[in-house]
This record gives sequence, structure tokens and C-alpha cells, in this order.
Amino acid sequence: MAQLFTRDTQAIFWNNNTTAIQRMLDYDYTIKRDKPSVAAIVAPTSSGKFEKFFYGPDEIMIPTFKTTAEAKEAQPQADVLLNFASFRTAYDVTMEALEIGGFSTIMITAEGIPERLARKMNATARASGVVVIGPATVGGIAPGAFKIANVGGTITNIVNSKLHRAGSCGLVTRSGGLFNELSNIISINADGIAEGVAIGGDRFVGSVFIDNLLRMESNPQVKYMLLLGEVGGIEEYKVIDAIKEGKITKPVIAWCIGTIAKYYDSGVQFGHAGASANAERETAEAKNRAMSEAGIYVPESFNDLPNKIKEVYESLNLAPIAEPEMNVVPTVRRSKQFICTISDDRGDEATYAGFPISSVALPSTGKGIGDVIALLWFKKQYPKWATDFIETVLKTVADHGPAVSGAHNAKVTARAGKSVVESLVTGLLTIGPRFGGAIDGAAQYFKYADDNGLSPKEFLAYMKNEGIPIPGIGHRIKSLKNPDLRVKGLMEYAAEYFPSTPLLDYARTVEALTTSKKENLILNVDGTIGILMVDMWRALGYAEEDIDEFISSGTLNAFFIVGRSIGFIGHILDEKRLEMPMYRHPMDDILYDVQMAQEI
Amino acid sequence: MAQKAIREYDAKSILAKHWDKYFPRFTYAYETVLVKNGPELREAAIDHPWLSTKTLVAKPDMLFGKRGKNGLVLFKDKAVGDVTLVKAANWIDSKTKEKQEVYFSFEGDTPVGNPSVDYLTHFIVEPFAPHTQEEEYYISATCVGDEDVLYMSAEGGMEVEEGWDEKVVEVAFPITATEAEIEEKIKANIPADVAQKDKAAFAQFAIGFFKAYRELNFAYLEINPFVMQGRKIELLDMVAKLDDTAGFMMVEEWGSVEYPTAFGMEEKSPEVLAIEDADAKTGASLKLTLLKPDARIWTMVAGGGASVVYADTIADLAGIEDLANYGEYSGGPTTGETKFYAETILDLMTRKKDLQGRDKILIIGGAIANFTDVAATFTGIILAFEEYADKMKEIGVKIYVRRGGPNYEKGLRDIKAAADRLGLWIDVYGPETHVTDIVRMAVEA
Repeated sequence: MAQLFTRDTQAIFWNNNTTAIQRMLDYDYTIKRDKPSVAAIVAPTSSGKFEKFFYGPDEIMIPTFKTTAEAKEAQPQADVLLNFASFRTAYDVTMEALEIGGFSTIMITAEGIPERLARKMNATARASGVVVIGPATVGGIAPGAFKIANVGGTITNIVNSKLHRAGSCGLVTRSGGLFNELSNIISINADGIAEGVAIGGDRFVGSVFIDNLLRMESNPQVKYMLLLGEVGGIEEYKVIDAIKEGKITKPVIAWCIGTIAKYYDSGVQFGHAGASANAERETAEAKNRAMSEAGIYVPESFNDLPNKIKEVYESLNLAPIAEPEMNVVPTVRRSKQFICTISDDRGDEATYAGFPISSVALPSTGKGIGDVIALLWFKKQYPKWATDFIETVLKTVADHGPAVSGAHNAKVTARAGKSVVESLVTGLLTIGPRFGGAIDGAAQYFKYADDNGLSPKEFLAYMKNEGIPIPGIGHRIKSLKNPDLRVKGLMEYAAEYFPSTPLLDYARTVEALTTSKKENLILNVDGTIGILMVDMWRALGYAEEDIDEFISSGTLNAFFIVGRSIGFIGHILDEKRLEMPMYRHPMDDILYDVQMAQEI
Repeated sequence: MAQKAIREYDAKSILAKHWDKYFPRFTYAYETVLVKNGPELREAAIDHPWLSTKTLVAKPDMLFGKRGKNGLVLFKDKAVGDVTLVKAANWIDSKTKEKQEVYFSFEGDTPVGNPSVDYLTHFIVEPFAPHTQEEEYYISATCVGDEDVLYMSAEGGMEVEEGWDEKVVEVAFPITATEAEIEEKIKANIPADVAQKDKAAFAQFAIGFFKAYRELNFAYLEINPFVMQGRKIELLDMVAKLDDTAGFMMVEEWGSVEYPTAFGMEEKSPEVLAIEDADAKTGASLKLTLLKPDARIWTMVAGGGASVVYADTIADLAGIEDLANYGEYSGGPTTGETKFYAETILDLMTRKKDLQGRDKILIIGGAIANFTDVAATFTGIILAFEEYADKMKEIGVKIYVRRGGPNYEKGLRDIKAAADRLGLWIDVYGPETHVTDIVRMAVEA
């Protein structure tokens, strides 16, 4: 892997760190990336399904997930994990990601992960060929392609430091703050950086100087490299060895900070946890001297580093880098209060899920209300057998006479002189667990039983234990001998047009058992609709979780609401036509049992 | 710092607490007490009757070694192994009365370098354990590079330190080594000089020792020597460091353990302790070390790397004698946290005038921040200026500022305006100026 990141690299961001994510997206917009660099967010405690961010002047939604596994499954192309978990959980998050696989780079920001855990995490990643950046780091950047989280700071500073496009220097530091500072120094004294990594300040970090420099050696964009080391450790000597062995041939500029440490004993900790010299060899002086002797360009002091960079850069006589066009991130942006993902009225003609209304509404299109529901409720084009089924359901549930509670309510309200809409809602308000709810309930419980492999007998026992009569089973008068023709019709339709009906097949076995106990415990029309809806979605390829979500969000009820509204409106118009007077319930139909209230 | 030295007493207490888990076939009496003075030792005898019934060994327990060569191990009165409770208590009293000289390094029996001089404040007292030289062994473990290394020797005490290369067997293990691999490798590498009859027992002890080192998150663990008499183990001398970043997982395992200041090091000042306390309570980083409180140049630098660069540059350009403190704040501290940090430094630097009558220098430096809001942190510093402006003017302070990062323009503007309003001398620079160039300006001025 010559390059750590490309313009197509996408990351899964662990922890909903909105500021850092927004900075990444601002960067993406500035450099005109095709896709946002954050594909998913893992936020274990969040309840939503996405988080809104700005992409230039507009807003986009980035999906959120509770686990890394879910995020990776949904966004398998995202091969960078930005692990922003705390020092308590960062190890577990990394190990889980390594277990899941499919990540090429994992960046860990937490400082102070227990050393043994950090070592184990780094060793495991190395064995699986995964590049670890950190822990205790701000990250890294491939200018013009991909930027980790907060690297480079604000967008103004990024452009000032020429981090918006690839330059020629490969930069590796321990410190994150100085990484940023050096990017600036390099932009002033040379042509910017081609790739940069801050390896992190903890004693045990994943990728070390040599790993990054060897990669940069094979990256043709990198013409020379700059290494900023620190007192402590022996990592710089590995670089010296690589130069001596000819594995690194590009010019290297280097400086180790912490020359002050020689004046104090080890009791004073200068800088990062990793910065403590345990031997003469590990002091900043010794390392600076050794690097200089190995032919590395070492300045006199940190203050002299800019001159050294200029000197090496100018000696390479590189062609100037063309400045690419950039987008400008607006300074004032307003977050949108509402989101719409089903229809759009901004163009010439309003659309339903991308389809102009005329293209689905006119008779010549051959489309029906089932197609409109598929577009506006599910944002999908359903096949004809499914839209026909939806229409059949709507027609089937349109009315069930004046006596049911919803119709009765609507009639009473209409007779009180109220409008169509007022009368309609009083009818609709009765729809719920007791009225019309059997569709939802049947879908929910039969699916539960089927998903969990309950035999009909076990299912009955389960429902008895729950203390609920099985929704969708039983009819006032209909029985096996006197079948409900609506049910019969739906079942025949499904048998002919559905690719398969696994849940209905299961429900029939349950029905066989219930009717053996009592003649009228048949699968009724509500039950048949709910169950066939599940079979329809299964046949359309929806995942079980999606179907569970349709059920729990009340989508099945919605079919009943739409269908039955037709009937309610009929009853209301009927009352208006008949000019029926105000309704008063007869007193002899009420049992009065009123006691004198006692004083307490 | 992640690796912290602990007292011998605490090291023994931790091993004793988990003894049966790691050393089920051995016994350890765990007869040991930690006292600050003679009276405390006498009082300890009530709870630890063995102090009165056995003869004793006493020595300071203050992180330094070479106690024998420094003459600070009491194991004989008239003859070896005849130290009574009274004698031990009197000896401790005599050693705590005045400051003691301690050499950290010896050539043979001759001390090398200058001694550290300080009071002895902690002593560990244990029963005298008679044994033969053959029963003494050496074992230690630490991390070298990326690997854990176990060191074993059939000889303990001075012998091993003076003949390290010939007498010590080193066995290295990757972090991912399994228990089975570890056991096998240790068994295959028992020092040749361990008597044949003791080899199996030694291996068992070494395996338990290494496991304890790994699982209890020791960064360094040494027993030199330990005595093995059949199933009975004596831990004669121990040195240990813990990886304190593992503290949150080891609350139960370590119990109450303290990280003492090394002998001869100045005790941490209340200001430094207060900063440490604040640091422990925030996700940001606040660090302060006092180097030379009377010196002229004080730093308040953001960032772990930048703070080192400033210290390096001050040492290079002004000299080490001029640098009063080292420290850093980073990781996006709040305005309140920065205010507290700034007040602490302003308080310390305005206690005394410069001995040569010059103005003091305050370097408010930092690299270009990645995510710390410069204006927010500078607001904290400005609030501290308001508190200390009068004192700063009385002592004479010149302020040099250099910083970049999110919101830096506002931060620089605000701090300049505040200093001008308060009548403080200030010079302010942004990212166009090289990060450490304000040090040169301040020194040359």
C-alpha cells in the first residue's frame, strides 16, 4: 500500500463527535470529493438513525448505528475506522473491529490506554496487516484526498497550510499540535505535504516512524520526508538502519525535540507519555547526532528547522504544483428544521419519490393507488402483484357497516352538525388495539411465532401465557363451514400471484388447531391481511428487521386507516343527505347505578 | 507518566493479595509492616504480634535501592539476626531525626556521584529470615521494546547485580503469547545453576510470577532475592512499578496504593498538586512542573509537543537557569480550567521580584491548534490577568503571545485588548510567526 488514503476512502466514525465529523465534511466539500469521507457513525447510546451535517451549503444525513458490526455491514466499502472511544473502551472497539475485519486503517485518539492493552491491540492489528494510527493522536491526512477528524484544524488554516492538495513532503510526527505547526512551516518553506501522520504520544503506538516512512518511500507523490521525533524510545534508530540498508533513499529531514531533558533527571516528564529517556541512546541529542551521521538532514535547533526544509526542498528542484479549484464553505449556514425524503415540489412538477405526479396519476400510465402508496410510503416501485394486493386490501377494509365503533362515532358526530373532517377524525380516533388493531397484532404475533419456530401448540400456549386472544383468529358468525368470502378471495389471490406465502402457510396450521377446538376460531380477514402483508414484504426482499419496523411503526394500521376512511366518509355523507337530527341516546338503554359520594 | 514506582510494601501487599491464584503450591507469610517512625512500629506490634516475638529486619521503603551499601538495612544488633522490636524502633528514630545522605550509584562499595539528602519517612519492617545462600534466587520482569522479558537467576542479591551477563537467563515473550507458550518457554529456560531437585519448583514459581506481572499490570517487577525453602517463599527485597493507566481496571486488584515522590526530590508544591487534581478531573490535559521558582522565564504553553519545543528553545537561547517551570495545557480545556491554570502560574511568578531586578517574562505559546478553541482558552487567561494585573505590574512582567488555531484571531485580539486595558506589557503574534520565535524576541529584548 503506497498510499494510506485516496479520494474514495471512507471511514466509519466511532463516537458521534459532531465537530470533528463536520470538519471532515467541510474538508470534503472544499476539495470537491465525490462522496463524503464519513460513511457511518457508531453511536452506541444514540436513538436516531442518522445525524445531519452540512455538506457545503446543503445538509446531508449520515447513518448512525449502535455497533461497529452493523455500520460495517451497511457500509462495507468504508475501510477506515476512526476510533474516538475513551481510554476505557478504545481497546475493545479496536479489537472488535479487527475481529469484524475489512478495515485497512484504524485510528485511535484516546490517550492513556493501559499499556498491555495498547500493546496487544497494536500487535493484533499488525498481524492482520491493519495500519494503526495512534493511540493518543490527532490522526493524519492525505491532502486533497482524505483527512482524519480534527487534523489541520479549521478550514481556513487548512487552506493556509496547503493541506487541501497534495504537496511533496511526507510528514511524520509524534505530536499532533506540532504536526499542524509543521504543515504550516512546510507550506511556507516548501510546497506542502503529500501525506502526513501524527503517530501519537503514548509509549506504545501502532504504526511507528519507520512504518510510515517506508510507505512514503514507495509513494511516488512523496519526494522527501520530514520526521519530528522526541526524546525517549529507539524508534528513530530503525529509520537510521533503513537508510543504511538502502530501504529509504528519499531525502529525510529530522529533528528530535526534548533536548532540555538532559538537564533534569527522569523525575520530570517532558511532553508525552512516550517521551522519557531511559538511556543515553534515547536522549534527543544522541538521536539527533546519530541521525545526522547517517546522512539525515538535521537542523541546529527547532528554530532552525524552517531553513533546513527550505534548503532541502529547493535542492530538489521540483516542478511547481498547480493549485486546484476549491469549493468555498459558506460561513453562515442554517440547519434545516424538517427533512423530506418522499416527495419534492421544487422542480417543474412535483414528484413522488422521484416520479412526476403525472407519470403515476394519469390513467394512461396504468398505475393505481397501490403504486402511489408504494412510492410515498415505501419509496420503492412495487411489482404489479404487490400493488394489486395493496388495492385489494384497501377495498376489502373500506367499510363494515354502521354498527362498528368508528362508523358509529362518525355518524353521531355528523348528526351533531359537524363537518366531514371533524366527523371523520372522530371515527378514525377509535382505530387502535381494539378496533382495526387485529391486522397489526396478527402480523406481530404470527411473525414472532414463525421467527421463533413455535409449533402451533407452543404458539397457543405462548399466547395463553401472555393473556391475549390470538389477534386475527375468530369470527362472530363465520366458520370453516360458512367461510368468509373476503378471506377466501385474498388467499386465492395470494396463492396465484405471491411468489410464496410462508407466514400464511404457518397461520393455516395454527387455524387447523384452533378450529379443532371451536368451529368459529378461523383466520379472519384482519388476520389474513396482516399475515399476507408480511409475506408480501418478504417476497419483495425486505429484511426481517425492516418488516418488524413496519409493524412496530403502525404501517399495517395505516392501510386500515386509508381504506376505512372511505367507508366513514360514506356514512358521514349519508347522514348529511338524510339531514338526521342530533342524536341522543335513549335513557332506558343505560344502566344507572349512582351512589352518594362519601366524605373522606 | 504511565509507569509509576510503588513502595516495596505495596508491591508485597499486591502479590500477597493474589498469592493463592498465582502461587497455589507455595506459601508466603506476608509478615510485613510499613511505618513512619519508631512509635508507629511499637504500636503496630499490637496488631502484628510477630513484631514482638520474632527478630526483625528494618530498612527505608522510599523507592531507592542500594540500601545495604548505604548502610540503611538493620539486620543485626550484636550478631546477625538479633534485632528486637525495641532496637528496630530506636534505629528508625535515629534515622528519622536528621536528613540522611543516600547514594544511588556505587562502584564496588565506593559511592559514585553526589548523594541525595533528605529525610527518611517510610520504613518497612519484617521478620529476619535465616537462610542459606543456595536458597536465594533472582527473578524480575519488564517490557523491553515490544516484548515482555523475564529475567531469572539461581543466585540472588549482590551476586546477580555484579555478574549479570553470566548469571541471568533472559526469556522474551510477545504480548500475544498464550499461557501454554509461556509455561513451555519458562520451563525450557530455567537457569542451569538451579539445583536439579529445585528446578520444577523454580519453574512453577517463575510461571506464577510472570503471570502476576502480566495480569496485574505491573510495568516492572523484581524480587531480589527471593528465598525458596521447599514450599515456603520469602520475598526479601522487591522493586515494582505499575502502569497507572490501567488503574481504572485494577481498583480491586491493587487496593489502595500510593505513588510516592522519589527520595531527595522536592515534595510537590500545593500548586502542582492542585493542577494534578484538576488534570485528573478533566478530559483535557493540564500539567505543571516547577523547575526553578526564582527564575525569570515562565511558560504557559498549549500542547504536549509545543511545550517541549519552547522548553528546548529557552534552554538553548536563555539557558536552563532562566526557566522557571515546565507545563502544558491541551485537549480543549474549558475557559474555567484555563483560568485556574493561568492563575496558578501568575500566582507563582509574582511572589518574588527577579533577583537581578529585570522584568519577568511570561511566554504564552502554542502551535496551531487542531481543535482547541483559542479564544475560549484565552478568555480564561484574560480572567486570570484581571485577578493578577496589579501584582504583575508590581513585579514587572512582559508577556509574549504566539498562537494559532480555531478562532485564534479573536483570541489574540481579546488578549491584546485586555492587556492594554489593564496596563500590562504585551506582544502578540499569530501563525505567520515561527512558533518559538517569541522566545528569541523575549531573550534579545
